[in-house]
Amino acid sequence: MSDHEQTKLIATAMNEGSPQAKALGFTTLEIGDAVALLKVPYRPEIIGDPETGVIAGGVVTTLLDHASGQAVHAAMETWTSIATLDLRIDYMRAAEPGLDVMARAHCYKLTRSVAFVRAVAYDRDPEDPIATGQATFMLDSSAGKKAGANLKPSRQQRSKTGGVDQ
Amino acid sequence: MNDADTRLVSVLDSIPYARFLGIKAELAGDEMTAVLPFAQHIVGNPMLPAIHGGVLGAFMEMTALAQLSVAAPMKRQPRTIDVSIEYLRSGRPQTTYARASIKKLGRRIANVHVEAWQETRSAPIATLRGLFLVAPSED
Repeated sequence: MSDHEQTKLIATAMNEGSPQAKALGFTTLEIGDAVALLKVPYRPEIIGDPETGVIAGGVVTTLLDHASGQAVHAAMETWTSIATLDLRIDYMRAAEPGLDVMARAHCYKLTRSVAFVRAVAYDRDPEDPIATGQATFMLDSSAGKKAGANLKPSRQQRSKTGGVDQ
Repeated sequence: MNDADTRLVSVLDSIPYARFLGIKAELAGDEMTAVLPFAQHIVGNPMLPAIHGGVLGAFMEMTALAQLSVAAPMKRQPRTIDVSIEYLRSGRPQTTYARASIKKLGRRIANVHVEAWQETRSAPIATLRGLFLVAPSED
């Protein structure tokens, strides 16, 4: 399997396997070479301002976060778990009601522990952005954590009940 | 219900994406706590499982908007200029709370800080700092 095919599989798994991405209907239009292009279809449930019908800023936040994560996977040679460390979003203008929103993310730097990503959200033209994002990700974020780790009581809960953190 | 209560309920009820995420709010005096009940559709990482970082960002942004609506009557919904989000701990499959603190409410710009937590308020899972373009009513 080529790197590109593998990256495409990761993108599909992230859109279909992540309940919030699936609920919002995210699809990946292009992925490869540290770049990911994602789309969220316009629908009434995701409106933020009912007076104008403009899509909620929070949906754009989620799309930029998700697209940025896929760009990191498109930049890495082998898969590791990743987690968003921080995310800064500038909102330039309201999205046009009725239009799908796209996000193009580019992971422009990858270090051993951290990935740096820039992303742009737009509806008609990438040169006329709705929002831009800048994010950093921690790589190998669930090192040592097993599936279902978040189902166990947290450290704070265990200390309250006198349990031992192992 | 007093005016602030009425404004809070109407702002959250009127935002379709707030309903989609299931966001609620409780007001005690002028102090508001926003509540995001856990639901399967807000999960981002199904392995751990963990709430989607974008959902936490959206939740905190809505908390800021709701707090602004409580603070003063607005001619229209505030517009977000920018947000800066820090992720501190992974969002576990449980109820998430958030409180916003308005650092400054000017005639055009509002500066708001938000913290989100789960079982322990002193161990926040994410924070947001945002700038909003506001239009407070003259009266």
